[in-house]
Amino acid sequence: VSIAWYLAVSAIVFALGAVGVMTRRNPLVVLLCLELMLNGANLALIAFARMWGNGDGQILAIVVMTVAACEVCIGLGMIVAIYRRRLPIDVDELRELQG
Amino acid sequence: VSSVVFFIAAIGVIGGAVGVVVLRNPFYSVLALVVHLLSLAVLFLLLRSEFVAAVQVVVYAGAVMVLYVFVVAYVGGEGETIGARLRGGLAGGGPIASGLRLGGALVGGALLVELLIALLGTGLKAIEGHGAGYRPGPHAYGTPAYIGNLLLTRFLLVFEVASFLLLVAAVGGVVLARRRGGIAEAPDEDLRPLDVRRPLLTGTMAEAVGVAPVGADGAAGERTGGGQGW
Repeated sequence: VSIAWYLAVSAIVFALGAVGVMTRRNPLVVLLCLELMLNGANLALIAFARMWGNGDGQILAIVVMTVAACEVCIGLGMIVAIYRRRLPIDVDELRELQG
Repeated sequence: VSSVVFFIAAIGVIGGAVGVVVLRNPFYSVLALVVHLLSLAVLFLLLRSEFVAAVQVVVYAGAVMVLYVFVVAYVGGEGETIGARLRGGLAGGGPIASGLRLGGALVGGALLVELLIALLGTGLKAIEGHGAGYRPGPHAYGTPAYIGNLLLTRFLLVFEVASFLLLVAAVGGVVLARRRGGIAEAPDEDLRPLDVRRPLLTGTMAEAVGVAPVGADGAAGERTGGGQGW
């Protein structure tokens, strides 16, 4: 299987994650779709690292995983705080900052 | 054999991603993401990135997904329908909502086409190949020794910055999810029989065992006061 197949899979996963971020209203699912987008990027990074036989892409993929873990931590903390204040768990309802 | 494994894993990856986006219940979305992550780890193994695949399974499919499952169980699996209920069911299938959904799908399709053109339409000849040469060994490409060597020599600054970022995120998560004393929260603990006030000398069990029933009110207040810490 050539590298191009892996790149195609990563593009499909990224686009699916983007669709989920744009269409879903539950912030939990939005976070999950963000993970999908990050994973698509990770797959492309590792495929390119394999293509060059170079470890830099793998290091960047590990850093992306770290950033994703931080994002999950903060995002889930925000969701728990929103739930504690009895606000609706819905990104369409939570638009006070939007004016 | 490797192409068969690739196609099975790719079907798992794409099917898991579709499940995350499509399924209504957030709990099932989390489970679909676990399938997606495990299949993705298989793809990483096929790309000879053993350490990244192991990290993917242990950190992502293990720790992060457990965190998601806990929060979904805490917030409630029906988060999607809460807003719809508040707006009287308008958000469920209104024309604006479905239009927005269609628009999102269209933008996503355009993004997919653009990405495919950008990735596959490049002049790079090497993407048709199977990657660079690979020689197995204890320090070969993708092994923990290889990754650790890179992380502690060339990418030491990145490593330290990532660790500091994790520290900041951990502190931020604790601060965000902390139970604040200032917010007036309804004490949502269930009542025990002793908490219910009853008239004096009506033959309660508390009187029978010698606990003064007048103290029931005070005991309830003391209990809610003591139950704040966790």
